[in-house]
Amino acid sequence: MTRGADAGRLPSAFLAPGSSSFSDFLGAHAPDLLPGRRPVPSGPVTEAPHGTTIVTVTFDGGVVMAGDRRATMGNVIANRDMEKVFATDEFSLVGIAGTAGLAIELVRLFQVELEHYEKIEGTLMSLEGKANRLATMIRGNLGMAMQGLAVVPMFAGYDLGGATGRIFSYDVTGGCYEEHDHHSVGSGSLFARGALKKLFRRGMTADEAVRVAVEALYDAADDDSATGGPDVGRRIWPTVGVVDAEGTRFVPSDDVAPVVDAIIGDRAAAEGGAR
Amino acid sequence: MSAGMPFYVSPEQLMKDRADFARKGIARGRAVLVVQYDAGIAFVAENPSRALHKVSEIYDRIAFAAVGKYPEFENLRVAGVRYADLRGYSYDRSDVTARGLANAYAQTLGTVFTQESKPYEVEIVVAEVGDTADGDQVYRLTYDGSVADEHGFVAMGGGAEQIEAGLREGWRPGMHLAAVLGLAVPLLGADPAGGEARTLSPDQLEVAVLDRHRPRRRFRRVQGELLERLLSSDDPTEDAPAGDDDSARSESTNPQTQRDEDGRPG
Repeated sequence: MTRGADAGRLPSAFLAPGSSSFSDFLGAHAPDLLPGRRPVPSGPVTEAPHGTTIVTVTFDGGVVMAGDRRATMGNVIANRDMEKVFATDEFSLVGIAGTAGLAIELVRLFQVELEHYEKIEGTLMSLEGKANRLATMIRGNLGMAMQGLAVVPMFAGYDLGGATGRIFSYDVTGGCYEEHDHHSVGSGSLFARGALKKLFRRGMTADEAVRVAVEALYDAADDDSATGGPDVGRRIWPTVGVVDAEGTRFVPSDDVAPVVDAIIGDRAAAEGGAR
Repeated sequence: MSAGMPFYVSPEQLMKDRADFARKGIARGRAVLVVQYDAGIAFVAENPSRALHKVSEIYDRIAFAAVGKYPEFENLRVAGVRYADLRGYSYDRSDVTARGLANAYAQTLGTVFTQESKPYEVEIVVAEVGDTADGDQVYRLTYDGSVADEHGFVAMGGGAEQIEAGLREGWRPGMHLAAVLGLAVPLLGADPAGGEARTLSPDQLEVAVLDRHRPRRRFRRVQGELLERLLSSDDPTEDAPAGDDDSARSESTNPQTQRDEDGRPG
């Protein structure tokens, strides 16, 4: 049939029975909208803003994810109040490190993917299912990653079956690994992981886990120039998301501020700022 | 006339036959009611199945209700979700409208009605809840692609005419949800042929609302204990609570619009 004959009609791809995956539908109907389907630029790597450190900490019955607010481009701070932790659905969060533009596009697609599945199937996707869908999307970005534009997210969610918080990390090739207790990704992650090892213990409450996550970010910012510390002057605090049986929520800035103040107070009181 | 040569059928007769065919198919099924109430738009259907829905979520403010052949309207529902998600993904969530979707459905149903070997035996409603009752939009689409912009209430399917007559008598703007259900459920149970009316229990009903007071995703199924309380005449529950819910869908999931008015995340 010619296009003129049924202009305005829903294209046949919309009416075709089959996949409940939004990215599969895009791949068949509008492949140019898929991040992984675009031609990979050749030649020298372009400079683009990079997101930095994400920290995830489990607690009794859930998981906390926190991210600093800085994006850097070489030695320049590209953005000082960027959000890098996103709610992907009712029971999951994703935090992004790596090339910010590509990562945000990936998160947007992932969010639609989960909601699309939920609407078409009438049920939530399993936590492993979500983690695997994200792995597939990262794999689609491999070409870009080889050009230096890598996206390395971390995924955390509440497992409705096991009633626990779980963490999944990724590599640029789409490898998906379950992490236990805590994890961190991004340029400041080495320092954050060191802090997490000393601060983490099992069976914490959500509030204690928030404190541990924010303190680990503080340590990351202390030693990594690309990670933003708490900006006391502008009152810019880390983004902190929590997932538990109640669902996904963000800790309001007014509640993050006292946590940051307490950490700074403790550091100032200690000899040489260490703890 | 040689064998194999088709008899001449006038276009008028052909369209009339198709319309009669579709109408008969639609009238056989149980009715679905779409009724405005003070906090949004309610959808009420007799449907003992928990798995095969007649009412579904399409997008943040948009829902879909249908009667007729299940595989045909399910096909249209899925197409609607794809249409809305694609549009919201490539533009913005606020660019997905019931009017746009109703138009796409109208073109599709119209083309199928004239060009395919048989018309779709479906009637559908696409509804969008506004910030106030004046902003609510309800579009009814019939098997041939005709669109009607409805106000107040719509009934589709078997016995629709008698049900609409009942709604015309009992419905008033600004009714609360319990009152709307109290009006709609007995009408669904009435026998169009004039026989004895049936009393429908909550587990024979499919009820959903587009609640304008809910954040972002306005669609919500009303079932179980809440539906029982709303239907019970001696229970004071008048509306579905906006906050407490089986789900915590409160956060916007668009990375660009994840902050609330105060500029705080979530």
